[in-house]
This record gives sequence, C-alpha cells and structure tokens, in this order.
Amino acid sequence: MPVSWTLLIVLALALAGYLATRARAVAQTGGDTRKLHSRPSYHGWNAALLTALPALFLIAIWRFVQPAANTTLVAVAGLALAALGLALALGRTGPAFRARNAVETMVKGLLILCSSIAILTTAGIVFSMLFETGNFFQQYPWQDFFFGTTWSPKFGGGSQLGILPLVWGTMYISLIALAVSVPIGLFAAIYMSEYASPRLRSIAKPAIEVLAGIPTIVYGLFALITVGPLLRDYFAQPLGLGASGSSVMTAGLVMGIMLIPFVSSLSDDIINAVPQSLRDGALGLGSTHSETIKKVVLPAALPGIVGAILLAASRAIGETMIVVMGAGASAQMSVNPFEAMTTITVKIVSQLTGDTDFAAPETLVAFALGLTLFVVTLILNIIALYVVRKYREQYE
Amino acid sequence: MSDATFSGGQKASLLVADPHTRKRNAAESRFRGYGLAAIIVSMVMLVVLLFTILTGGLGAFRQTYLEIPVTLDAAQLDKSGTRDPEAIKKVLTLTYGKILQQALDKAIADKGIQVADLSDKDRAGLISKEASAQLRNRVLADPELIGQTVETRVLVNGRVDGYYKGRVSMESAARDGNTSPAQLQLADALKAQGMLATTWNWSFLTMPDSSDQRPESAGVGIAILGSLYMMLVVLVLSVPIGVAASIYLEEFAPKNRWTDIIEVNISNLAAVPSIVFGILGLAAFINFAGLPQSAPIVGGLVLTLMTLPTIIIATRAALKAVPPSIRDAALGVGASRMQSVFHHVLPLALPGILTGTIIGLAQALGETAPLLLIGMVAFVKNFPAAPPDGLFDPASALPVQVFNWTQRADPAFMERASGAIIVLLVFLLCMNLLAIFLRRKFERRW
Repeated sequence: MPVSWTLLIVLALALAGYLATRARAVAQTGGDTRKLHSRPSYHGWNAALLTALPALFLIAIWRFVQPAANTTLVAVAGLALAALGLALALGRTGPAFRARNAVETMVKGLLILCSSIAILTTAGIVFSMLFETGNFFQQYPWQDFFFGTTWSPKFGGGSQLGILPLVWGTMYISLIALAVSVPIGLFAAIYMSEYASPRLRSIAKPAIEVLAGIPTIVYGLFALITVGPLLRDYFAQPLGLGASGSSVMTAGLVMGIMLIPFVSSLSDDIINAVPQSLRDGALGLGSTHSETIKKVVLPAALPGIVGAILLAASRAIGETMIVVMGAGASAQMSVNPFEAMTTITVKIVSQLTGDTDFAAPETLVAFALGLTLFVVTLILNIIALYVVRKYREQYE
Repeated sequence: MSDATFSGGQKASLLVADPHTRKRNAAESRFRGYGLAAIIVSMVMLVVLLFTILTGGLGAFRQTYLEIPVTLDAAQLDKSGTRDPEAIKKVLTLTYGKILQQALDKAIADKGIQVADLSDKDRAGLISKEASAQLRNRVLADPELIGQTVETRVLVNGRVDGYYKGRVSMESAARDGNTSPAQLQLADALKAQGMLATTWNWSFLTMPDSSDQRPESAGVGIAILGSLYMMLVVLVLSVPIGVAASIYLEEFAPKNRWTDIIEVNISNLAAVPSIVFGILGLAAFINFAGLPQSAPIVGGLVLTLMTLPTIIIATRAALKAVPPSIRDAALGVGASRMQSVFHHVLPLALPGILTGTIIGLAQALGETAPLLLIGMVAFVKNFPAAPPDGLFDPASALPVQVFNWTQRADPAFMERASGAIIVLLVFLLCMNLLAIFLRRKFERRW
C-alpha cells in the first residue's frame, strides 16, 4: 500500500530530523549546551513535529475528503511538505531559538485538536443525519412521517412510513423497563446506603455493578431463549393474550434488569451526598429510620433521583439489542403487553442492514428515525445532567 | 400536656408498645424488607442470567466426532499419480465425501453393526457435510497421504451431536427431516464400538462461521480475530486522543464558553445511544470516505468515537486525583507547565488512566448495535490477513456473531450463540480483573 509506505517515510524523515537538528544544535554551541536557550532534545522535537505533523494532516485530510484521489499525488505532496518542515526546522536551529516554547505551542495545539474531536463527533452525527433526513423529507412528506399511524415499508414504492407505531412501542417498552428498574434500583440503593452492613455492601454493590458490565447482546439472548418462551408458556398462552415469544413484556422486563444498576448506582451516590446532619436531626426528633428516609432523605435527594431516572429513560429509549431480539418486528399500536411490537431502534437496524439503496425513502427513513432518537435522548440527557449537576452543587 | 394524644388517660407501660408505635415499627421493618428484597432480586437475576447462558452454551465446547480409518484411494484422488498439487486440487469435495462414505460403510460392515430400518440417506447423513471439505484440505496440505489408510476424526451431523447433548431425542428425531431414529441408533452402535465420542471442541475457538446446514462446524475464529483487530484500532486511536483531550481540559483549558461546550458535549456523547454512532459510521466512514463494509477498521473507528467519552471521563478523574502540590513543586523548580504535566502529573495518573482505558475497551468489546449498521453481520468465511492490510478485509466480531447465530433456523446455532457469549464474557472478565489488579497494585492515595 503506497499510503502506509508514505507514512513510514514521513516518520523516518521525522526521526532523521530529530537526530540531525539535535546534533546541529549541539554543534552550533561547540558542545557547550548551556549556551542554548532550550535543551538540545527540544530542538530535535521541534524538527520532528514540524516534519511529521503538517504532512500527516495533509495526507489524512486529503484521503478522507477525496478518497478517490491519486495516491501518488498525495504521497508526493505529503513528502514535499515533510521535507519543507524539516528544512525550516534545521534552518531555525540556533542558540537563541526558543525551541521549547515552539514545541510546547505545537503540543498544546495538538491537545486542543484532540479535545475538539468530541465536538467534531457531535457535529458529524448531526450533519450526517441532517443531510440524509433532508433527502428523505424531499421524497416523503414530513407530516406523514411524524403523524402517520401505519408503518409498512415496501421496497417497490408506495410505502407508508409513519413513526407513531414505533414511538408507541418504544414508549411502552421503556415504561415497563422503568417500572421494573426504578423501584428495585431505588430500594437497593436505599438499603445499601442506609441499612446494609459494610460486609453486605461490599458484596452487593459489585454484584449489581456486574449487571451494568454485561453487554446488551447477552441480555438480548437471555430475552430470546429464556424470558420470552417463559412468558409465552406460563402467562400469555394460559391467559389467552397471545402466542408470541417476543413481546413488549419480554423486552421490557429484560431491559428493566439491565437498567437496575444505572438507577441504583446513581441514586446511591445521590443519597450518600445528603448531609448527615439532616438525618441526625430527623432521628433526634424521634422518627424511625424509615421515616427519616421517606420524609427527609428522599425529598432532599429527589432532584438527583429524577435525574437518574431520566438518564435511565434515555438508555431505555436508545437500547437496541434487547428489543431487536426480544420485542419482535411488527409495527402496531396495541395495549396488550404480550404482543410483539417494535421500536425506533429496531427499525433503524432493519432498514439499514442487508441490501440498501441510499436513494430510496425506505432506507433514508432510518436517518430520520436516528435523528429523532438523537434529539429525544439529547434533550433527556441535557435535562438529567443539568438536574444532577445542580443538585450536587446544592450540598457542596 | 405532651401525652394529650393518649386516649383514656391511661398511661401505657414503657415495656409494651402502644398500637401506634407497633404500626410504626412494622412500617420500619416492611421498608427494610423491601430494600433487602430489591437487592436479593437483582442478585438472583444476575445468577439466573449467567446460569442460563452457561448451561446453554457449554455444549458448544464439546463436539461429537467419528473416529474411522479412511483409505485415501489414489485412483480416485490422484489419477495422474504425480502427486502434483495442482492436479489434486482439481478433485472436488464431492469425491472426498464419497471416500468418507466408503470408509463409514466399511467400518459398519467390519464391526458387524446391524440397525433396523437404516436407509442409505440415514447412513450418508451421519457424516457432516463439512467433513469432506476438511479431509480435502488435509490432503491438499499433505499430498503424501494419498494411497494410505489414515485414522480420521470426522465431524458428525449436528442432529447426532445434539442427541448426545440432550437437544435431540428419539421422539423429536422421528418428526425431523434431517435425521431419524435409525440414524441415532447407528450412532449409538458406533459409540458402543468406541468409534464415536463427544470430546472437547477446540475448533469452536478457531474455525470460521459456517453455512445454515452445518452448525456442527461453526466456530468463532474469525469473530475473535475481528474483535481483536477492532480493539487494536480502538486502543491505538482512543488512548492518545482521549488522554490528550483530558490533559488539555483538566490542566490547560481556560474557563470559557468554548471549554464549557466541549465538556457538556463529552458528557452528552457518553449517553448518546450506541446505534446513533453506527449511523454516523455508516454515513461518514462508509458512504462518505469510501471505506469497505464489514471491515474491522470501520468498526474500530466507530467504537473509538464511542469509547472516547469513557476514557476522557476516567482520565480526567485520574488527573484530578493528583494533588496540586506535585504541580506546584515542579513549577517551583523551574519546569514549564507542559513539563510539569508530562514529567510529573501524567506518570502519577497512569494507573487510573490504564484502569479507565481497560474498562472503556471492555465496553467497546461487547457493543453490537453500531456494528450491525456497518455491515459486520455479513457471512465471512475467509480469515482476514495480518494487520495493517487485514484491517480492511471483511471480518466478524464476537457480539455480532452471536446475533447472527440467533437469526438462524437450526436450534444448534442457539447453543453456538451461547457458547460465543461465554467466550465474550471470559474476555470481559479477564479485562475487568486486570483493571481491578492494576487499581489494587498501583493506586495511590494522597
């Protein structure tokens, strides 16, 4: 590959530049390095960075923006830039040259660049989806997308792509998941921070956190092979509510298990942050332990707990693998929790995997779904982070 | 005055709780019970989850093989007699299938095995369709074998394998088009002769995926390699970028609107649904930059973007934990700010950074949803080349392979999926243990 060869040559040039410039700096002072403003290695680094950085950036950006570009042309331009940087650095070296300051400025520039990658990622997410969503709305009216109640994509034209059944499925599943995880997570957090002996705490806290470290595909498989058949055979079929292994209930229950650690560890932190003096005051007035918790600690911690629940909700809405494997794929609006329904994330996966035609609205709709998902979770996250941060400041 | 609430003027004994107190105490123990129940429920869930996956997946690590002498007939395999590799390559897998069939027939006849109602189809179906391809590869690797009679370990059909793992029974076989009770009886007879055995299955870890008809030969070899390549990309990209970003934000950034935006952004990115990163990867890296689909490089880039917030948050915490006196001392003896950070603060924060990095990598290793969108679900039969070129070859990844297998019809693939999960969990366990070890060993408290 010519590109990797070019990179290797640039790096070799940088190394050569380091050695040559350092030697030159030492030679210019006749071996007495005290006469230099900066230590010799800084002169070397200056040359190495000047050689490598501009050339590497040029190659990377060129390759990314214009993938079909002539590789020889790119290589020649990159090498020329590297040589230019090397010559510049060699020429500037001297006892009075502030090499350290130059190097530090460059390094700082690099650090700033790295920290703006976060911004670039967000911008990339927004722009990539906005662009394709725009394309989608040119082919499909936005009113029908946001207010349509039928989801039936047909890869031949004439599809109906209303988001409402997907929103319904997403909300329903998230609601069940929260109904499972919030009470369990909250009570677990209360018990661990207020009642548990250090020994129990040292076992239970890591054990619950293991639940958070398990990949979602494992939960998905659990839903598919264990929970789904179990619910179908012992609840749905005897009650006459349905015969489908994948259902809203399956996905919701399993997702609820997944969310327990999110709720519990955040609430645990928040409950621990409530000042001890509040508890002491309540206990001193003669309230029992549980009354102290219910009437004093929880109200004081409420904003933080709400934040934790919002974060969990955002997780639930954006969760993919559990619903792909546990909830089914039929887009419908039903109140029966034992019926298969589908979510926004499931449809993103199904519209974007397999053979896709990026001009058809059936494919482009995935970007509109993705953008909707991104905006909703973003709003939830911002509110949650704001609430949690505000709450932390309250007692600091 | 204070006992105005007590009715009847009768002073209750201090030793006997009045109804009100009893109610309050009952509420107290109820509340406590709820808390304990919540903890027990979550721990039971953890145990049930792990138990079902383990019991379902351990079968994938055992495999039933048939051990028979196979005569590699030179007249069929190498008509020219020159042992020329090119000439041997022209002999198709079909011929090897026939040779295996003859070997099995001979073995049955030699041992005098009689099974009622055994049709030719049952006998032919006992051997896996993959076995002939494996035999062909073995002969191609060593043409000298032609003409000899070699002891060969032959894969058997997935249903027969399932019979010895309890997945298939005589009753279910009677209803199954792919096997029959007679075939299972034949397998039992062969087992009684010591020719058929269920043994440890290394090839599950090394073999590539296989087609729908051959669950017995499916393995996670390519998936492990693909995951490894992606982790390599994530490690190489996310650690330098993440550490550099944290150093800037923690040590140099002025408090202004721009750095505020960056901070809010990072905490938001950490909570963005992973599938959104998949859409970004599809739009930016595949459609825009033209990188190949299902290549580990694209998966690695997407996972890097996902892992960066985790690494940045962990690194910032580690840097924050280094006391300011270290920086002050360095600055006091004339170091520049850059020198104080790179020579003193960073080495002291390294254990914390390493721990955070490993945890971030573990998260990335288990991530599935974004990889589905960049085409990692494709069926891949060939191993990718060595990096760096191999990063652009199609590959699979462990979690995606699990998903892929759950979409297949044959229940034998469910066992493989659970087995692949076990492999994944073992990797995650090792990474987390390493992180805990590093934290215990190097953590310093000031």
